[in-house]
Amino acid sequence: MVSAILTGNVPKVMRVVPRSRNIEALLLFFVFGINAYELAQIQLSTLEVLRPDFWFYWLPLTLAALVVHGILRRKASEADSLILPLGVFLNGLGLAEIYRLDIAKAASGATDLFAVKQVIWTVVAIAACAAVIWYVTSHLFLRRYVFVAMVAGIGLLLLPMVPFLGQNINGAQLWIGIGPFTFQPGELAKIALIIFFAGYLVNRKDSLAMVGRKVLGVHIPRARELGPILVIWVASLAVLVLQRDLGTSLLYFGLFLVMIYVATGRALYVVVGLGMFGTGALVASQVMDYVAGRFGAWLDPFSSERYDAIGGSYQLVQGLFGMAHGGLLGTGLGGGVPQLVPLAESDFIIAALGEELGLAGMFVILAAYLLLVYRGVRIGFTHSDDFSKLLAVGLSFVIALQTFIVIGGVTRVVPLTGLTTPLLAAGGSSLLANWMIIGLLLRLSDTASRNRGEA
Amino acid sequence: MQKELRRVSLVIGVMFLSLFASSTGIQVISADSLAADGRNVRSVYDSYETQRGDILIDGEPIAKSVKTDDEYRYLREYTSSRYSAITGYFSFFNGATGLEAASNDFLTGKNSSQFFEQINALFSGNPVTGGSIELTIDPKVQKAAWDALGDMKGAVVAIDPVTGNILAMVSKPGFDANQLSTHDPVEANENYKNLLERKSDPLINRAIGGDLYAPGSVFKLVVSAAALESGNFTPESKIDNPSKFKLPGTETYVYNSGEGTCGGRSTVSLADALRFSCNVPFAQVGIQLGQDQIRRQAELFGFGKSISVPLKVTPSVYPRGLDDAQTALTAFGQFDVRVTPMQMVMVSAAIANQGRLMKPNLIENVLSSNLASLYAPSPSEYSRPVSEKTAGLLNQMMVNAVANGVSGNAQISGVKVAGKTGTAQNGKDEPYTLWFTGFAPADKPRVAVAVVIEDGGGMGQNGRGNSLAAPVARKVMQAVLNK
Repeated sequence: MVSAILTGNVPKVMRVVPRSRNIEALLLFFVFGINAYELAQIQLSTLEVLRPDFWFYWLPLTLAALVVHGILRRKASEADSLILPLGVFLNGLGLAEIYRLDIAKAASGATDLFAVKQVIWTVVAIAACAAVIWYVTSHLFLRRYVFVAMVAGIGLLLLPMVPFLGQNINGAQLWIGIGPFTFQPGELAKIALIIFFAGYLVNRKDSLAMVGRKVLGVHIPRARELGPILVIWVASLAVLVLQRDLGTSLLYFGLFLVMIYVATGRALYVVVGLGMFGTGALVASQVMDYVAGRFGAWLDPFSSERYDAIGGSYQLVQGLFGMAHGGLLGTGLGGGVPQLVPLAESDFIIAALGEELGLAGMFVILAAYLLLVYRGVRIGFTHSDDFSKLLAVGLSFVIALQTFIVIGGVTRVVPLTGLTTPLLAAGGSSLLANWMIIGLLLRLSDTASRNRGEA
Repeated sequence: MQKELRRVSLVIGVMFLSLFASSTGIQVISADSLAADGRNVRSVYDSYETQRGDILIDGEPIAKSVKTDDEYRYLREYTSSRYSAITGYFSFFNGATGLEAASNDFLTGKNSSQFFEQINALFSGNPVTGGSIELTIDPKVQKAAWDALGDMKGAVVAIDPVTGNILAMVSKPGFDANQLSTHDPVEANENYKNLLERKSDPLINRAIGGDLYAPGSVFKLVVSAAALESGNFTPESKIDNPSKFKLPGTETYVYNSGEGTCGGRSTVSLADALRFSCNVPFAQVGIQLGQDQIRRQAELFGFGKSISVPLKVTPSVYPRGLDDAQTALTAFGQFDVRVTPMQMVMVSAAIANQGRLMKPNLIENVLSSNLASLYAPSPSEYSRPVSEKTAGLLNQMMVNAVANGVSGNAQISGVKVAGKTGTAQNGKDEPYTLWFTGFAPADKPRVAVAVVIEDGGGMGQNGRGNSLAAPVARKVMQAVLNK
């Protein structure tokens, strides 16, 4: 605080009034209003009357967000003011659309409803977010658990492959089942792996970056230094082959590449890594029917062979029909027929929202994600220690990459995979993991501004 | 690490940019082509949102959309099977036919004349309200035609020859369109299957389509018109009158109905040949005119052309590449001549209206949801198949056919009726197709009518046009005149 020293205006750094919290409160009430409007519009356009269960879908998220807001005031008053409102906005919008899909499905007699579960999971997830903020008083404390994070991350990844525990849903071995509940441990593994990568790379970044011969002006890392990337590559391909999900595999691998790049500053890792992953995916697309099917459906979705094939492009094409139906301004919430797309409440929630909110709504949603991610990356810029930087960029980038893989899959930028849209899609594990990421980002942003303030 | 972070930010920016671009591509650029894909059922669902306009007769709906509580929003209701040939049906499961299909754009508000309603809907957020269609049908005439046909399979079309307005269009058996518009998919599909499988083909509008009919002697009107127009014939022209006529190049003989001569003399006039409906003289006239001249005349009456009223009328056929024997057979409406009742009423109407054929039309007015007139077609001339003089001569010949000839059952006391019967053969043991077409009053025509009855009206080869079809036509004409 150079200016404080020069002017001698010391009390300014005491932060009696956390201004960012007031901005957050203002934004939160704005978002609560939007959420209420969405639910009301859905009830009015589908049921033609406001029903008391409006409160059931609106109040829990609102109260939970206020609790987090209160905790932030006490425990992390300097935390970023946009992250929580953006999370509540996306969560609320997703919940509203899931509720809307439930109404449509219930009308046609279907029983696979998700909105009530989503409300419960929202509360659980935001409680976890609050717990993260409350207990992880300094993220540096996480650095002590790098090894534990590695074991936890790998363990969670492998969990779905344990006999009797693992479950294959829609062709991917990503779930575990305990009684009637299913859970995707891979979502939580994301967080553990980010902590592990950050800790590992901070320790090894110098050796990873500096050593090696220089050929034609390019540093060639020694084989030993390529070890970690090879390990992660093999692990990603193992995920692809054993859990049959290209998206999860790409997510972990892309995350690692970005983190090793930020840690070492060596673009070569990215080039080599992408080459390795591309080769692996190419071979898989030749060898594995499932991957070949996804690629075929991506490149040529409208041919009737692909369209009619089991596991073909039907879902993708129906999603495209829905988005096209929405056009520029959408049909309005409750005005479309998003229930025509299989898995509209989870994998294809973005197609459902694209149909009902139009391109305008798509842009708002994408902008919300982009803003959320950039606020996270910004934390990385402001932190001075490398572990924090890596953690912040890892946590933000994983949201960005997952959003890109899912929405890119639905809109044919990349082949369709089985990931969930962060915060929007139905699914407890995904909500839990993403709200914990938000908790960590909030904590990181608080320490970042404090460090800056006290430096 | 700041440099690396900036680059990562850039990569994230590019990733999101690609998503902005891809959604724009889908939702704006290729939105229309995606909407047009046949596998996209959303356009069907869109139609649920629209309250289709009514189909009205004298302001009373014969088809209307009623609000329901289910996902389809509106149930299409029909007041009577009597109009099934006109309205067709509208089903969420089996498509639409009749006016429901032909005028779908008006009924759903998608016609370009409904632009302001579309704009209004865009800004209010409500679906477009469809336009209502007022028909030219006269309910009394329609009922008379429906009742007169009774249980016989067949069709009746009545038009005002001066305007072309269609006064009645009946096809029997009809069907209850409510059975198909029902929102219960199982019931709708079952009903549809039953109607499709029924041998009497109730879903076919016999007045304008289906398998078409051999016209038999009613086609003699077209041949007479060609003869008079050729300049080589007058109604008094003498034609050889043997009791049988050997078709050139064959061993087959053509006989008159009753197997005698036509009037008992050595020659017969063209007018008498028509009056007594004799095949032998017409076979000779046909050969003398030649197939091209007959075809040219037929096409002036509308043969070979598709017209929309706006229901699509199947083109009637005068065959090509005929030898003399075949030409002789076509001259009394046999061989491969095939017609719709709509085509035959057009022949009568052109004669009635002094040679000017008005385009048949079913729509009087299309009304917007706030009852403003959007489209009201005015009478338009379709063609001039015969001169005014020829029309007058044919008129007189047809009057004689009813007053003193073999079409006597169409007589109405106190009214000069012009007409022609037909009894077409369909094969050795097949029942006859019975016809009548004509108009009344002959001196100031107000209605032209065509009646077809299939399967000999249930009497096999004993049914005659004059005994079964002419009385139906008489009742239809009476319904117009007694108003």
